[in-house]
Amino acid sequence: MTIFRYGFRRHATYRAAAFAGAFTNTIFGVLRAYVLIALWSARPGLGGYDVTDAVTFCFLTQAFIGPMQVFGGGLELSQRVRTGDVALDLVRPASLQMWSLADDLGRAAFLFLARSVPPTVVGAAVFGINVPVDPVTWAAFLVSVTLGIVVSFGLRYLVALSACWIVDERGVQSMSLVMTTFFSGMMLPLAIFPGWLGTLAQALPWAAMVQVPADVFLGKTAPLGALAFQALWVAVVLAAGALATRSARRKVVIHGG
Amino acid sequence: MLLAVTWIRAAAQYPLSMAMLTIGSFVVTGLDIAVILIIFSHTGSLGGFTLPEVMFLYGTSGVSFAVADMLFGNVDKLSQHVKSGTFDAMLIRPVSPFVQMAVDRFTFQRFGRTAQAATVLIIALTRLDMPWQRAWMIPLMVLCGIVLITAVWTLGGAIQFILTDAPEIANAFTYGGGQLTQYPLSVYGNDLVRAATFIVPLAFVNWQPGLFVLDRPDPLGLPYWLRFLGPVAALALACVAAFAWRAGLRRYRSTGS
Amino acid sequence: MIELDGVGRSFTVRHKTGWLRRGTRLVHAVRDLSFEVAAGEFVGYLGPNGAGKSTTIKMLTGILTPTSGRIQVAGLDPSRRRTALARRIGVVFGQRTTLWWDLPLKDSFTLIRHLYKVDPVDHRKRLAELCDVLDLGGFLDKPVRQLSLGQRMRGDIAAALLHDPPVLVLDEPTIGLDVVSKAAVRGFLRGLNAERGTTVLLTTHDLGDIERLCRRVMLIDHGSLAFDGTVEQLKATAPDETSIEDVVTRLYTRPVQ
Repeated sequence: MTIFRYGFRRHATYRAAAFAGAFTNTIFGVLRAYVLIALWSARPGLGGYDVTDAVTFCFLTQAFIGPMQVFGGGLELSQRVRTGDVALDLVRPASLQMWSLADDLGRAAFLFLARSVPPTVVGAAVFGINVPVDPVTWAAFLVSVTLGIVVSFGLRYLVALSACWIVDERGVQSMSLVMTTFFSGMMLPLAIFPGWLGTLAQALPWAAMVQVPADVFLGKTAPLGALAFQALWVAVVLAAGALATRSARRKVVIHGG
Repeated sequence: MLLAVTWIRAAAQYPLSMAMLTIGSFVVTGLDIAVILIIFSHTGSLGGFTLPEVMFLYGTSGVSFAVADMLFGNVDKLSQHVKSGTFDAMLIRPVSPFVQMAVDRFTFQRFGRTAQAATVLIIALTRLDMPWQRAWMIPLMVLCGIVLITAVWTLGGAIQFILTDAPEIANAFTYGGGQLTQYPLSVYGNDLVRAATFIVPLAFVNWQPGLFVLDRPDPLGLPYWLRFLGPVAALALACVAAFAWRAGLRRYRSTGS
Repeated sequence: MIELDGVGRSFTVRHKTGWLRRGTRLVHAVRDLSFEVAAGEFVGYLGPNGAGKSTTIKMLTGILTPTSGRIQVAGLDPSRRRTALARRIGVVFGQRTTLWWDLPLKDSFTLIRHLYKVDPVDHRKRLAELCDVLDLGGFLDKPVRQLSLGQRMRGDIAAALLHDPPVLVLDEPTIGLDVVSKAAVRGFLRGLNAERGTTVLLTTHDLGDIERLCRRVMLIDHGSLAFDGTVEQLKATAPDETSIEDVVTRLYTRPVQ
């Protein structure tokens, strides 16, 4: 909890950057919304969404960029792996993964306030969006966002740790970026992906980051099933992270970093 | 430029990472076209334009954007250079820091994107039923597009002299401009199109000259001669950008110590 | 060689006055500074931390534009003719390198040759000379980040002199060096000044530099010149103190008029 608060406060000092990010997310939200409106006015009801649903979806995805760190990075860890300081972290008694997670959740909590609220409000003002009225939906949405952030963290943690084995992890990062932006629902709702691609995309962990929380918000999916899907991926990525941490520690102990 | 060659050589020390980065940048930009294809799998026209026409607009803007990015995309890293103090080092050299930043860490991957956009453009041209006597406009519009986008990028860099803490604000215009010009401007709201024509003249990257090549009436009913104003707009924006850059340089405050 | 006439530089500093409210305050880093350095002089530039030393150096090299007054270095106004001046001046920052972090030292030198457009024959001759005197031979192939501080500093000095400038400005060139490296740097600078007649201006906190190298000392405090004269004259300001450290301590801590 202390680490969570520390992460929140540390990122709160980058207020200017957060507002700049919110501004950019909003601009992109507006541009993408127009494209989606054009599509949905040609095909009303596509993928089970109406036009307002699509616009809402568009602004929600922009709102998630900050807290979910959709474009990768956000972990101090990758810097520490590159400089070798990670050796110090790995031999500490506290779990590196849990420690980083708490810090990352603090970061996400701040960015949720600073970068998620403004685009959503602008979207509502310019185009009008669907807002759930049912408090249960809101509660489910908040849980879903949190789970999404944990999945996002788990994946970024794996990317950052990969630098322990690969000299230059930028390649892995750019691959991860491709998967995340495309398969999370960032660019288009996964529901309108054609055929098997759509089915596959909806089953992958990236869907848990953007598509699922947005669907919970819009009431397009049964909340319990959605949360269970996310929880499953949380368990998988965190377990993989734990394994990677263990073998990284062994590597550090044996090779001295 | 020999400076660029030295950087490519340095990056070649990590061949695997370089290959992944090049493929990554090819695929990342390929995703944009995947989105367009998915959209057109649901509808025959978007904003009144067919798939080959949209691909043509995407390809011309994409080539301009990719070439500008390849040559000068690094200029938006200004705030990083300022913060780490490397900008000071550039200022003591007898070559403009603009050029030095452009070639800094010049990597092969930047060709990936140009190749992707050029491929799309060629496919679009083969599938497009257009009056061939108007093709002379295509190289001209790509060239003007490169100048316009470079100018936007320079402005984005110049802003960072003042907003060192918030470089993300520049992304709204640089990458936002890229996003904007990927689709026919007719999908966007009329005020946005007017702003993109008369304030930040991104409409001249591909929209206005594209209307000429495709021989389409302007959905907004703007005058016909606007279609030939690309070079004028490019020159004007380049002058504004050069002025802003110089003004920013004079205001430069360096970092502590 | 170096002339300053009533030079001042002020910064507006933003500070927090409450949640989201900022006030601005004008800070004078340097005010009304005037001095002259003749060709062939070796001048030490002293001052406590934050007195305005680095600001002065940055104005002399054209990195910062002064807010008032006039500067001439090697016959040029640094901020207006920065790139022309760069060919006539060598600059070394002790605290951070102007070399390229992940390139071998040798490649950094090649890049510099291209940046300054030095003739290859002259370059080879000059590089051989500098390698010999500064003893660089052993680590020319190592990336700069792997060099020890002493090696890096010698590399930086060589880099600043490759284009054979008549003026050399050094900002804390001996900071953090061990006694042997310090002696090597000092010996080299003394020889450079004596044999080639290069004008040298250096800032330092190490009074050993001053006693062993400089005939003339300038002391800046609170942004204006507090002392200008020979080392003997400096000692004479406080005849009852035995060491130069104590003399300078007294000058630093005296009350501001």
